[in-house]
Amino acid sequence: MDSTIVKSVNYNAYFGDNHVVKNVNIDIPRNNVIAVMGPSGCGKTTFLRGINRMHELIPNATAKGQIMLNNEDVMEMHPIFVRLKIGMVFQRPNPFPNLSIYDNVIAGYKLNGIKLPKAEKDRIVEHSLTRVALWKEVKDSLTKKGSFLSGGQQQRLCIARAVAMEPEVLLFDEPTSALDPISTSTVEELFHELKKNYTLIIVTHNMQQAARVSDKTAFFYMGELVEYGETKQMFTNPSDLRTQNYITGRFS
Amino acid sequence: MSVHVKYRIGKSIGFQALVVLLSVACVIPLIFILVYIIQSGITKINWHFLTNLPKPVGESGGGIANALVGSIIIIAMASVMAIPFGILCGIYLSENKTSKLAYWSRLCVDILQGIPSIVIGIVAYFWFVKPFGGFSAISGSIALAIMMLPIVVRSTEETLLLLPDSLKEAAFALGMPFHRVILKVVLPCGISGIISGVMLSVARITGETAPLLFTAFGNPYLSTNITKPMQTLPLLIFNYATSPYNDWHDLAWGASCILLIWVLLLNIFTKLITRKWTVQL
Repeated sequence: MDSTIVKSVNYNAYFGDNHVVKNVNIDIPRNNVIAVMGPSGCGKTTFLRGINRMHELIPNATAKGQIMLNNEDVMEMHPIFVRLKIGMVFQRPNPFPNLSIYDNVIAGYKLNGIKLPKAEKDRIVEHSLTRVALWKEVKDSLTKKGSFLSGGQQQRLCIARAVAMEPEVLLFDEPTSALDPISTSTVEELFHELKKNYTLIIVTHNMQQAARVSDKTAFFYMGELVEYGETKQMFTNPSDLRTQNYITGRFS
Repeated sequence: MSVHVKYRIGKSIGFQALVVLLSVACVIPLIFILVYIIQSGITKINWHFLTNLPKPVGESGGGIANALVGSIIIIAMASVMAIPFGILCGIYLSENKTSKLAYWSRLCVDILQGIPSIVIGIVAYFWFVKPFGGFSAISGSIALAIMMLPIVVRSTEETLLLLPDSLKEAAFALGMPFHRVILKVVLPCGISGIISGVMLSVARITGETAPLLFTAFGNPYLSTNITKPMQTLPLLIFNYATSPYNDWHDLAWGASCILLIWVLLLNIFTKLITRKWTVQL
């Protein structure tokens, strides 16, 4: 199998006339953790949201170029199909407040009207919650509402919800920025587990986090992909001055 | 303490006292009205009153069964017409905050809300009563539906605008199509606000008299034919209270009391629903 799973070719994104992502070319290898970092407003979140076509949900937002998933252009696929293949976890935990923990995990099936036998649903729920290390904590309160969990547990519930759809790629938009340090480290440990089955792309503000969890790092600045390479290489010997300045904290 | 500080403290206390006094003053008329109507009406209400037709002049007793049944039928038909349109329009307005169509429809809804009910009544008269050759319950329902519509639209819109975007994004990110995002996520999370808007709009039209004068007209007999004139509570109150007969005045008081209880119950019901069904975000 081809080792590249996601590939962007001359990808550009706009909000109205505002050119936020400029000509990004990137190859993302399968079963890796990719950290996307950069200062605020550099287009990293917009790029991430472009990958599963969430970008275009915003009024006036447009995009050009190609995003290839397994050599198929997602820009030509139906967005609904793309989003089933590419899961997403957001900055703030957003479990469905009207659903129980159990229903939140299988929300992708339940709310899409996909009927599954009870045993299959139970299996998916247990499997997904185990994957995100939440099963032991919530197995006795599956019928409670998801919003009763703590922030860190809610975020893991949201990851479980994305994992339950068995996507190929998981996108994380600053997944730990609303969490306390303990929950953050729990989620970070998850990344190591999850990359066995999925490819993870993580937008983060936190350089230490990028260094800790990722195999490769992409540095965005002013909408451009400045540097992309092995995380170790990037943090010890960056090739671009701007990357170096950012990593050493000369601007943020 | 300096005189200046004392003066300022005095002003502050004075202002607080004024606020309390005026808010008490607001409640007093309401209490007087409630007490007066209940005093005059509650003794007239009994099972006989609810299940019998009004007696002709000169006979004592009689009830308001025709008006109760008529009110329920007319309000039910108005709700069936207004609620689906209102909720769908509210969804559109909350989903498309900036589009041209949203701007114009929001403006129209606001203007519609400001139109006096008697004007809506006369329009309904020329559109539905005259062409079809007679007063009818259905034309009354149409007039009331027009009055309900803006309340339902705006309350739905405002409820849905309060829901965080992250909720919808979560649903879209799971590959849900638009209609499922709305029906399975947005509406269930906003259901308590939408229902309370609907309830309040029902409470609002329950007491409307002016549009019904031109349309449903009133009927001294029990009628369930929606193409014929039909009695309602406000019409009965209007007609009987202005009559010269004491027995009819009693009926009007009783009906007023029923109307009051109805609106009160709707409001309490609304509160209960908001408390019970509100989704903790």
